[in-house]
Amino acid sequence: MSELHITVNIDEYLALNKFDVDEETAHIELVENPDMTEFLKLVRVCPAGLYRISEDGKTSFDYAGCLECGTCRIACRDTIIQKWIYPSSTKGIEYRYG
Amino acid sequence: MADYDAIIVGSGCAGAIAAYELAKADKTVLVVERGNFAGSKNMTGGRLYLHSLKEVFPNCAEEAPLERRIAHERISLMTSDASFTVDFSSNEMLKDGQDSYSVLRASLDQWLAEQAEEAGADYIYGITVEELVKDGSKVIGIRAGDDEITGEVVLLCDGANSLLAESAVGFQRPKASTLAVGIKQVIEIPASVIEDRVLAGEGEGAAWLFVGDVTKGHVGGGFMYTNKDSVSLGIVATISDLATSSTPIYQMLEDFKAHPAIKPLIKGGKVLEHSGHMVPEGGRNTMPKLVGDGVMIVGDSAMMCMNLGYMIRGMDFAIAAGMHAGRSAVEALDAGDTSAQGLAGYISALENSFVLKDLEQFKRFPHFMESTTRIFNEYPVLVRDVFNKLFVVDGSPVAPIKRSMMPLVKKIGFGKLFKDARGGMKAL
Ligand SMILES: Cc1cc2nc3c(=O)[nH]c(=O)nc-3n(C[C@H](O)[C@H](O)[C@H](O)COP(=O)(O)OP(=O)(O)OC[C@H]3O[C@@H](n4cnc5c(N)ncnc54)[C@H](O)[C@@H]3O)c2cc1C
Ligand code: SF4
Repeated sequence: MSELHITVNIDEYLALNKFDVDEETAHIELVENPDMTEFLKLVRVCPAGLYRISEDGKTSFDYAGCLECGTCRIACRDTIIQKWIYPSSTKGIEYRYG
Repeated sequence: MADYDAIIVGSGCAGAIAAYELAKADKTVLVVERGNFAGSKNMTGGRLYLHSLKEVFPNCAEEAPLERRIAHERISLMTSDASFTVDFSSNEMLKDGQDSYSVLRASLDQWLAEQAEEAGADYIYGITVEELVKDGSKVIGIRAGDDEITGEVVLLCDGANSLLAESAVGFQRPKASTLAVGIKQVIEIPASVIEDRVLAGEGEGAAWLFVGDVTKGHVGGGFMYTNKDSVSLGIVATISDLATSSTPIYQMLEDFKAHPAIKPLIKGGKVLEHSGHMVPEGGRNTMPKLVGDGVMIVGDSAMMCMNLGYMIRGMDFAIAAGMHAGRSAVEALDAGDTSAQGLAGYISALENSFVLKDLEQFKRFPHFMESTTRIFNEYPVLVRDVFNKLFVVDGSPVAPIKRSMMPLVKKIGFGKLFKDARGGMKAL
């Protein structure tokens, strides 16, 4: 990710949150082989840093740390996000402070 | 006969207050909230102007779980290596009806929901409304999983990321230029240390906004609100512009925390939670229709929020709109007409209240912010350079102020400065 400035380990922060991850269904899905320009938008806007590009240029996304904010839906629902729903009942993020 | 007089989707600021008003008028009300408790999915900056909550609960200053009374307004213009701050305090800010408080939503929303439940509203938690049930164009209820529940009227109070607004009133997914993303960390710091660091009295605190380097020059800004024994530190940035940044928003927050003006404020603090939420900021011109047959739309889901850079208001709008929606729904139910026409009292009530008056007043502001990017990069640099000239002494002879300042101002240009100042005045 040479053009992006990222030094923080966001996983350490996500680990502080209370989640009950729905292991069965992903509430957000991307199209296969997403367009790189669109994917880069998601890298920049997702507050949980869940859209990632590895050293060798591979894209990855893990819905497990999702804060359910909907930002990726607003940015890319008409392009590379093919499914965006709320996690199934009682699952997902549970803010203790908010 | 419908199962309920009114069904409310979402128990945030808007939903809980609407439920309270309906239940108080002896209507049967069901609130469906997807969080396991009210507030568990919600985040805000946090400062609540208390006027609208006081109208519903006159004793809320004593009874609601508020964090600190805001006694200091601060605004900082930041470059990566400097920060210029205005600190304003005034007894006017503390007077009854003009006072504001920092809040955390997990506790505030539970209190609001309790008031509605005590007034007689039924609550279901941990269930997501997946669909509105319709008869032709009229909304007649909700569906969650295999369950369908009918109501004479449905109040959509499902927040900034509403998945139901399109089906309710034909409101399509808003554009990325009309919503911002907010990121926030709640950082634990002892109460007395907070008071010492922001120079506040006991139980009082500061609302602090930051412009400039915090978003690396992109449209948006940073915020810090002092809670009882934590601070809420975060960033709000317009999604369309943020999508072009070379720094992702979560890295912006990390860099913000390391800024020389912020680091001492949060020194020794422990991050308790990392959150994200959207902020509608497109203003009046981007709002949907507020009623349809059998349905009303209230709060963030109807874009009733205002981001002016030096203040964000959404909670006091949502509370007032929830109150008016609840009361207008009662009238429509009593008259036996919950068609769009029957519910239109809600629109006139909002037009007569500060909600639509303020949104109308500031409707040009979102465009001004978006098109005046100098606020986020050139102006903080100008301010830094001016004050460096003024305050830095190195023993070399000092040039007359006029001679040292002029070139700085000329760098941006008088014409542009004048145009931006005029544009800002017109939009406000
Ligand atoms: C970073 C940030 C800073 C802010 N700062 C301020 C500030 O300082 N002052 C201020 O006044 N405002 C501020 N705001 C705005 C303010 O938080 C919102 O305007 C306000 O919370 C809107 O209230 P609401 O009731 O409309 O929506 P919300 O509070 O979002 O409530 C919506 C509710 O609906 C539920 N829900 C959603 N979909 C479903 C579904 N399908 N089924 C069941 N339940 C559902 C959600 O779980 C939630 O409880 C800020 C916002 C952010 C993000
Ligand atoms: S909803 Fe928000 S937190 Fe979840 S993946 Fe999308 S942008 Fe990230």
